Amino acid sequence: MTALTDRMKDGLDAPICITWELTYSCNLSCVHCLSSSGRRDPKELTTEEAFHVIDELREMQVFYVNIGGGEPMIRRDFFDIVEYATTSGVGVKFSTNGTYIDAATAQRLASMDYLDIQISLDGADAATNDAIRGEGSYDTAMAAMRHLKDAGFGEFKISVVVTRHNISQLDEFKAIADEFGAQLRITRLRPSGRAVDTWHELHPTLDQQRDLHQWLLSHGENVLTGDSFFHLNALGDSLPGLNLCGAGRVVCLIDPIGDVYACPFVIHDEFLAGNVRDSGGFAGVWRTSDCFSELRGPQSAGACASCGSWDACQGGCMAAKFFTGLPLDGPDPECVGGDGEHALASAGTIPRPSGDHSKPVAVTLGRRTNA
Amino acid sequence: MLDTPLKLHPSVALRPEPFGALAYHYDNRRLIFLKHPSIVDVVKDLGDHPDLQSTLSAHGIAEHQWDAYDKAICSLIESDVVVQR
Repeated sequence: MTALTDRMKDGLDAPICITWELTYSCNLSCVHCLSSSGRRDPKELTTEEAFHVIDELREMQVFYVNIGGGEPMIRRDFFDIVEYATTSGVGVKFSTNGTYIDAATAQRLASMDYLDIQISLDGADAATNDAIRGEGSYDTAMAAMRHLKDAGFGEFKISVVVTRHNISQLDEFKAIADEFGAQLRITRLRPSGRAVDTWHELHPTLDQQRDLHQWLLSHGENVLTGDSFFHLNALGDSLPGLNLCGAGRVVCLIDPIGDVYACPFVIHDEFLAGNVRDSGGFAGVWRTSDCFSELRGPQSAGACASCGSWDACQGGCMAAKFFTGLPLDGPDPECVGGDGEHALASAGTIPRPSGDHSKPVAVTLGRRTNA
Repeated sequence: MLDTPLKLHPSVALRPEPFGALAYHYDNRRLIFLKHPSIVDVVKDLGDHPDLQSTLSAHGIAEHQWDAYDKAICSLIESDVVVQR
């Protein structure tokens, strides 16, 4: 453990990276949506309140914010908010399913500075992708990427959540990214939001995780991961990036109604630190909340204390443990030493995420058809 | 690099931290950690001195440490945080 990561465990005066879900409204109903999005929350922050959050981020020298949702482009003031941020020196990377990026919008996006775009894609073919993201979503994403390429946007990102079904397509994803002049970003599936119900069927197997580790090592820093796979470091060679859980220490989430959570994957009262509408604003929540102070305190290795790999994996992901009913001071459910599987067999009650904004239709895991 | 005129890249912002500083490059959107407070001071001042060695002297850094600083600055040039002028 280096001095740098020790400092980060104690927390910083301002986060390095903030995820800000602008709306719970979404035209899609992905089965693994981390924020259970669908319907807009009427208590959503207003444009003025959003501007105020950006003012605070600028003062705290937060360099950039990851905007998501829901589908953030659904907000009518989406461009107002993005432009307010980028002209304040707060860079924006936003995640979208691509529905609202036509040729004209792509031109507009390409003309903006300090802006980065992440198109979500969860299968390298329509059958694999649409089983997760819904009918037609593959074609929509591909059309948006073509528009961005034609508009000369430059290197946008293609963001893939790795599942049992798409993990064999990593090379194909890379080829798609190369074709569009984009950068590939692959991240870990967490059992958060609607994935609390689908994770058990979708998360990669142990063998697949070993292959993934090798694949990531061979691609180095050319493939982005948001440092989300540090639990794989227990397999031996370390992946690039910070080897620690940044929740409440260097990252946090601002949700559409201004609630501040420790990370995007723990939308639950247990990890709710406050609201940007509180008297101290966002800075007050970040600096003084009990929830974050606790996360910055010494953490026990618990059942992992006697494991030789603890230094390498740090016990893995807090959200993954929490939403599978495992104790936070024990192995990750996807522990590569196999301890997670044993723990899952005797897991406690699985907590439900705080808000369900799903549209009032049954969301089911689509059947995969072989194209 | 010791006798090269250098400066902080104009698109890089530095945020002071207890461990040193966070550097953010607005052009390539990369985040870089400067892991020592003294390197941060040197980097900030590079543009005000003729070259790296005069910046180091001005900061009272002993000559036997210059190699280490030279190495650190080289890696910052690689990540485009520091550029030649």
